Amino acid sequence: MSIFVDENTKVIYQGLTGSQGRYYGLLNQEYGTKVVAGTNPKKAGTDVEGIPIYATVAEAMEATGATASCIFIPAPGVKGAVLEAAEAGIEFIVAITEGVPAHDEAYFYNKLKADHPNTQLLGPNCPGIISPGKANIGITAGHIAKAGGPVGIVSRSGTLTYQALYELKQKDIGVTTCVGIGGDPVPGTSFIDCLAAFEADPDTKAVMMIGEIGGSAEEEAAEFIKANMTKPVSSYIAGVTAPPGKKMGHAGAIVSGGKGTAKAKMEALTDAGVKVGDNPTEAGELMAEIVAAL
Amino acid sequence: MDLLEYQGKQFFASYGIPVSAGEATGTVDEAVAIADRVGYPVVVKAQVHTGGRGKAGGVKLAENADECRTHAANILGLDIKGHIVNTIWIENASDIAEEYYASFTLDRSAKQHLGMLSAEGGVEIESVAESNPEAIAKIHIDPVVGLTPDACRAWVEAANLNPAATEGAVDILTKLYTAYVEGDADLVEINPLILKPTGEVHALDAKVSLDGNATFEHPDYEQYDATQPRDEREEAAHAKGLQYVGLDGSVGVIANGAGLAMSTVDVVNQVGGSPANFLDIGGGANADVMAGALEVINNDTAVKSIFINIFGGITRGEEVANGIIEAMKRVSISSPIVIRLDGTNANEGRAILEPHLNEQLMMESTMLDAARRAVALAATGDAN
Repeated sequence: MSIFVDENTKVIYQGLTGSQGRYYGLLNQEYGTKVVAGTNPKKAGTDVEGIPIYATVAEAMEATGATASCIFIPAPGVKGAVLEAAEAGIEFIVAITEGVPAHDEAYFYNKLKADHPNTQLLGPNCPGIISPGKANIGITAGHIAKAGGPVGIVSRSGTLTYQALYELKQKDIGVTTCVGIGGDPVPGTSFIDCLAAFEADPDTKAVMMIGEIGGSAEEEAAEFIKANMTKPVSSYIAGVTAPPGKKMGHAGAIVSGGKGTAKAKMEALTDAGVKVGDNPTEAGELMAEIVAAL
Repeated sequence: MDLLEYQGKQFFASYGIPVSAGEATGTVDEAVAIADRVGYPVVVKAQVHTGGRGKAGGVKLAENADECRTHAANILGLDIKGHIVNTIWIENASDIAEEYYASFTLDRSAKQHLGMLSAEGGVEIESVAESNPEAIAKIHIDPVVGLTPDACRAWVEAANLNPAATEGAVDILTKLYTAYVEGDADLVEINPLILKPTGEVHALDAKVSLDGNATFEHPDYEQYDATQPRDEREEAAHAKGLQYVGLDGSVGVIANGAGLAMSTVDVVNQVGGSPANFLDIGGGANADVMAGALEVINNDTAVKSIFINIFGGITRGEEVANGIIEAMKRVSISSPIVIRLDGTNANEGRAILEPHLNEQLMMESTMLDAARRAVALAATGDAN
């Protein structure tokens, strides 16, 4: 099994007619994802390589029975796109776009929580989600992941997610689902959401968690792991040597007032029984040891 | 984007928050002219992106034009923790009865906005939080609901300010929340928020940090970009649109993706080296971006070796390899380069790089080995 998405998930691409949306939408389709529709109010009735374009998410859902959407719309339009998808009743929204204002994120996160509790948002500013061999929604290169299991991956960083998938594939270890939650201050899906889903998924036997400096999501995840996880977890935290007060690429990756340091996160995770590596390779090796012992 | 105090005050004033009458300048003569306009006594304040201005002699009271001239001359050009003062703010001095603290920021754990208000202002809020946490009244605000008048009043009452300050504080905090939300700020802070002997409440200082992602909604924020504290290297990288943070070491780092770039900096440290920078060239790694990145790093005289760490995802290894070779034709690099290329079509990419390898351009197959080699080369470079 996999979490959140599988081979039956039908996906609408909001922004399929744009250059990024088209490129990744078609790559995702080629991977096997059921890309059933795109939306663009100005291009309704046209198609992208045979994929029909509708004016709205609601119309696309009505016509295709889709339950998920993937957003490739430029940052100024993301708030509207997320709310449109949620109001239409989409259950799983993946927002890839980076550069979304934090106030927009805080607004639609809370709006969804209050008015659309059955909608799960992933992102924004994330690489998306891949259940290898079944569905790939977003910008992850599908072939760097080995399908199957027993490992689930959750990560705040894009390239480190790929690195993790690749390290595991080199060791011939399969992945049930790999979720990139993104590096922004208000991610729609948290580490804990993913850890809970992996804990409940019978095919996932161990979890690899990749964090980075800033905020306290890793510390909160550590508490959750300590209290609720029976499955082993390995981890890596990027930014051990990052200078305080500087934004390291991601809007969320900033150490402020001595809080959010990699060291504090690593200690919290170690204390929760997580095997913490000093670099991505070591975290991969730790996971290989965990898998060998399963 | 962090605003200087005077920019923050002008930002506050545009939302109707009372601030002291004042103007910014870079010259002594104009400072005196401003002081004449706003009325003595005035405070002459250094405008720099760092704290501790008062201790460094960057904030002075002037009773008359002579004093204003002396202080302005002394403060302009002053070095405060490495920040040279180019701009001073002259404002009418305020009588202070009491000093408070007020701020709004995003609480990432709660995923809601957080307001903090304290009767203990004028000192660092972090020290209040440690020594006397009960003295800070906190309010969580759902962004969908906003700060309601009732909630604002209850919050002010919980902070135990002087009752004379209640109406003024409610008014300012309501406006401050509007400024925070409509202005797309990461942080708005007034410390101190003062109660004057005459009963008015007033923002005596302004700390504002704006969300760089929201500039499309605020084209006027471009003015703040020019006053961001960046060293020469950061300025050059910023002009090329690169995500760059200057560090103090000798190994130049180029990587694709923020996480991998952070991780690369970590690994260089772990194998005993010290990185000269953090540089994320994004997912693509084409020749233009790579050439720009190499140029920025090459201009850093502290750099003794360069570590290019690329993981090909959607971008295939051969595209990355061709990008690197093309970039090297355009930029004449003085330091040796170590490349680690992994991921999609890494073998094809490595095959393209192979014929170009020499003592200037080297390749390693793992991140750790490449880091070790780059660090060793930097050490040799330092010795020379």
